[in-house]
Amino acid sequence: MVSAVFHAPLDSQPDNVKTIADCALPVSGTAQKHLKTTSAQPPRRRVALARRFWSTVLPPLLGLALLVGLWALVAASTGGSIPTPHATWLQALEVFADPFYRNGPNDQGVGWNILASLQRVAVGFGLAALVGIPAGFVIGRFAFLARMFNPLISLLRPVSPLAWLPIGLLVFKGASPAAIWTIFICSIWPMVINTAAGVQRVPQDYLNVARVLQLSEWKVLTTILFPSVLPYMLTGVRLAVGTAWLVIVAAEMLTGGVGIGFWVWDEWNNLNVKNILIAIFVIGIVGLLLELALVKLATAFTFEEVKS
Amino acid sequence: MNMSTHPSLSSKFIEIQGVEQTFRTAKGVFPALKDVNLTIAKGEFVALIGHSGCGKSTLLNLIAGLTEPTSGALLCANKEIKGPGPERAVVFQNHSLLPWLTCEGNVHLAVERVFGAKESRQQLRARTDAALALVGLTHAGQKRPGEISGGMKQRVGIARALSMEPQVLLMDEPFGALDALTRARLQDELLDIVARTHSTVVMVTHDVDEAVLLSDRIVMLTNGPAATVGEVLRVDLPRPRSRVELAEDARYVNCRKAVIDFLHARQGHVEKAA
Repeated sequence: MVSAVFHAPLDSQPDNVKTIADCALPVSGTAQKHLKTTSAQPPRRRVALARRFWSTVLPPLLGLALLVGLWALVAASTGGSIPTPHATWLQALEVFADPFYRNGPNDQGVGWNILASLQRVAVGFGLAALVGIPAGFVIGRFAFLARMFNPLISLLRPVSPLAWLPIGLLVFKGASPAAIWTIFICSIWPMVINTAAGVQRVPQDYLNVARVLQLSEWKVLTTILFPSVLPYMLTGVRLAVGTAWLVIVAAEMLTGGVGIGFWVWDEWNNLNVKNILIAIFVIGIVGLLLELALVKLATAFTFEEVKS
Repeated sequence: MNMSTHPSLSSKFIEIQGVEQTFRTAKGVFPALKDVNLTIAKGEFVALIGHSGCGKSTLLNLIAGLTEPTSGALLCANKEIKGPGPERAVVFQNHSLLPWLTCEGNVHLAVERVFGAKESRQQLRARTDAALALVGLTHAGQKRPGEISGGMKQRVGIARALSMEPQVLLMDEPFGALDALTRARLQDELLDIVARTHSTVVMVTHDVDEAVLLSDRIVMLTNGPAATVGEVLRVDLPRPRSRVELAEDARYVNCRKAVIDFLHARQGHVEKAA
């Protein structure tokens, strides 16, 4: 099919042959004139389509093929302890045929597990945003507070989120709140740091405009600081969601209950490797979707900066 | 001829008395301005000219109130300048429009701040529209700064400043970043606007032709550090001025020569030594 599309322009030469010189053949003037009136447009469009296919669709498909190929090789060489892509695919069809079943607390559909994880991430991340973004604004706006909190942030930020889990278990005395606490503590830093950096980098020109106009502190916040910081803030949010999604799997493995991380651990105990592989793909795809949604949001709110 | 050529009517609108400005830098204290004395009349157009780094913008920022002098005093309408305010509107060198607001929104922000307390919504709208019309940008009102050219941005900046009906218009190399043709057109527009609004204008520039064409007086600053007023040249050219006719006018040529002489013959070498 690919070759058919690719060779199409050779049969009927459109008049802008120069732009597709790679696949052009010399055609006599009369033939060209004749063909131009009859069928110049469709092949041109087909050439464009073929090009787009080669440059945008094919490379990622090849990448995926490489992954599946390597996987199949590993599966074959380990003699069946790692299931083949085909077997995993069949299992996935079965798992996703009924994602929302419930046979007791330890046996629920993959849909419930994903939703449970997403809910924990949403709560933990939401709380972190609620605290972290205003904190970032305040730290960015007042140099004194920045100097006060910077050592604390530098000290706590590199701590692995899982190190906070026992503290959460101790204080909240429950698995789910402890997981949420872990999400909170790991996703708050990127938001605080990026928001503060954004506030500190508000161009002095905008602040001078505010000073000349003698805008009120509230007006400065809403018309100058907030829109100017928004792109930085959204970068922080994106990093935070990414981290939160990384951490939730690990946290749930330790705390149990329901959730995609718990599901992975449960399937390991059942020695159901196919489901573990499916879980890996599901985690990846959900993370990718979260990231894409936030990138889309961020680009919608990014404005041209003043160039001095 | 308008009142701008009669500065004697109210000869002390802006007063700069013995102003000194020093900056603390990593290398120690840097004296930027020293012993600057200048008075500007109401309705007068004054250009501040000098080599780059001589403290022109520093002086303008002091008049704007964006910075405070190390010593000395600045007065506007017999009141000490204590901080920036809408009665001393600034046209910034890099336009400083807020990129998330439309052109109209940018002007409206200023209009709302200055007149919002006592005028109706329609009146504020009318003022915004009038300011954009003054610079010939009615059609671009709904566009964001990122979507228009550099010259148009600068015009929006001027519209924003004028919309506040300021007592003084402070311009920091407003046309410095523009190409020669756009700059010439905006200078003509500015001449026209100033003639209509009788604004008091202080403009920082490093363009000799711009200074002679636009101003009533040209204040020439000596080279820094510790720059001060070196010479003040009165430009006695009748208004309205036309750049085409002036090009061959002997008075224009003399003024131009005087400024160039100051900048290059008397102040040119100091900069190289510094």
